Amino acid sequence: MFETLILMLDATMRVSTPLIFAALAGLYSERAGIVDIGLEGKILGSAFAAAAGAAVFGSAWIGLFFGIMASVSLAMVHGFACITHRGDHIVSGVAINTIVAGLTVTLSMNWFGMGGQTPTLSGDSRFLSVTLPFADALANVPVIGLIYSELLSGHNILVYLAFAMVPVTYWVIYKTRFGLRLRAVGENPHAVDTAGISVAFIRYRALIVCGILCGLAGAYLSTAHNAGFLKDMSAGKGYMALAALIFGKWRPVPVLLACLLFGFLDAVAIRMQGVVIPGIGEVPVQAIEVLPYVLTVLLLAGFIGKAIGPKAIGRPYVKERA
Amino acid sequence: MSQAKVPAWVNIALIPFLNIMLAFVVSGLIILAIGEDPIEAAGYLIYGAFGYDEGVGYTLYYATNLIFTGLAVSVAFKGGLFNIGGEGQAYIGGLGVGLVCLALDHTMPFYIIAPLAILGAAAFGAAWAYVPAYLQARRGSHIVITTIMFNFIASSLMVYLIVNWLKEDGRMAPNSRTFEENAWMPYLHELFSPLGIDIGDSPLNVAFIIALVCCVFVWGLIWHTRWGYQLRTLGTNPTAAKYAGIDTAKVTIWAMLISGGLAGFVGINEIMGVNHSLLLNFTAGYGFAGIAVALMGRNHPIGIILAAILFGALYQGGSELAFEIPTITPEIVIVIQGLVILFSGALEHMFKDRIEGFFIRRAVA
Repeated sequence: MFETLILMLDATMRVSTPLIFAALAGLYSERAGIVDIGLEGKILGSAFAAAAGAAVFGSAWIGLFFGIMASVSLAMVHGFACITHRGDHIVSGVAINTIVAGLTVTLSMNWFGMGGQTPTLSGDSRFLSVTLPFADALANVPVIGLIYSELLSGHNILVYLAFAMVPVTYWVIYKTRFGLRLRAVGENPHAVDTAGISVAFIRYRALIVCGILCGLAGAYLSTAHNAGFLKDMSAGKGYMALAALIFGKWRPVPVLLACLLFGFLDAVAIRMQGVVIPGIGEVPVQAIEVLPYVLTVLLLAGFIGKAIGPKAIGRPYVKERA
Repeated sequence: MSQAKVPAWVNIALIPFLNIMLAFVVSGLIILAIGEDPIEAAGYLIYGAFGYDEGVGYTLYYATNLIFTGLAVSVAFKGGLFNIGGEGQAYIGGLGVGLVCLALDHTMPFYIIAPLAILGAAAFGAAWAYVPAYLQARRGSHIVITTIMFNFIASSLMVYLIVNWLKEDGRMAPNSRTFEENAWMPYLHELFSPLGIDIGDSPLNVAFIIALVCCVFVWGLIWHTRWGYQLRTLGTNPTAAKYAGIDTAKVTIWAMLISGGLAGFVGINEIMGVNHSLLLNFTAGYGFAGIAVALMGRNHPIGIILAAILFGALYQGGSELAFEIPTITPEIVIVIQGLVILFSGALEHMFKDRIEGFFIRRAVA
């Protein structure tokens, strides 16, 4: 029983990683007042670019670089539309998701001709699991050994990075000048402008950070979690990250917990396939799969707490002119 | 900046035209980048979409779905609501159609089944839009997020229902049984052939006529009824609407019900018209494509018909293109669709402000 739980938590960590990256990405963007429906597209774009880069150059790190570049470029398109041209944030996000969904398949067919996939990655072109020190030595120690060697050790570096990004984000958002300005831009851009700080520049920088984090999420999917790019491989993770962001009320630690909860539900859904629970019968997998979305809707409806987003979110900032 | 001085044709024709051209130019550059000739590609595309009878039929069949979802998005848009859940509403609308057909096709004639199926599509689609609408109107949760969530919930619900309850016994494929022929929406080529007119075999069916009727209905509703006026007021200025005594919550809910119902009609075309059984993922992105159609059609039924035919042509021509030039996949159409959303939606101000400024300066001078 204990071992099963550890294995499920182990799976939870792996499934949650892209959600954590993407939800934190959304946090930077939305805290700065830019709604980001385009997380999905950025993840997918990065997943493709990272896998393509890794396949061509034989290095996961070069792949990661390309993934981040792709994702940041998409974030800049979003910024160009929403910040510079005061476009609708939702429309721009939908546009990015649509373009990427088509473009990744078009390019991968054209470049690799493998039915919309990239070549299978192996060795150095993937992020492989890291064994933490003493993991093998401690494996036989009861309880702690299992937790350390199974749950904590043996993930790839991006998993650890995702978890490390949570305190980093907390620090950046709450303890730095950039974070203060970023939050201010999302709540009251006029005040920031009055203080002589460029609203547009802060928002663009927030989007760059958002792009980098989505790039990590995408690269994780195609070069760490899987061994290559598959058509539509982001499979709604961007939207689920958005749900986690709302569920965590736009704050780093609760967002992490929401991602872990959603990841855990995913691990449960896989394990519960065809399992009959005494007294209840077989729980349909789909019922567990939809829980993140149902919970988010309930939260938004104010039935379990209240989700209040940044005040100026989704509104273009127009500088007053004399 | 005064709107009155800008000639009407600039807003109706010139700016949309420029935006679409920009989308096509970028698409052309992408085709060029993958080493093919964009002009040649456009030639195959146009021939595939309009060059022969079957092609035209297919184009209009795709356009049918896009008219429904485009209208759905635009009715909500008119009230200032972004219904991104057309995909889920269409999916559940199809469930309504499928259930009516499966329940009645052994016992009832077509003229009873058809109206009930249409009603089923509208009712199920509207019901799926009702919850997000209610939550937006009464509890202040953002409609964009809730409709996205409902797309995923719809998708899981349909998998569950089809795999566990509606799947044909003893088959592996996740489809319901095929309906009896009296529950099929007649193909237009079958209706035309007794009259001696040959329009070529295609999936084009009576749902296309229903789509055109819906356009007239939406046009009348939005521009020629008191409710339509309330909707447009709400969309233009919610505060003014409130002070004018409009029950904004009620208008919001009804706008979403109509929007969901329209999206649900995709089920008539796909389930009753073409597939003749309930199956997974028949919505195939039409709900999202409806956003592009509504944006390009400037939320007006005539614009939506034109935009839907254009996108229908891209879908149909795209398959022809992929057949002729194998290095170009049909997904290029999705790219074009996304670029249209980007340029005529998100970047609409890019040209608009400058061009309007140009015409205002000219009018003043």
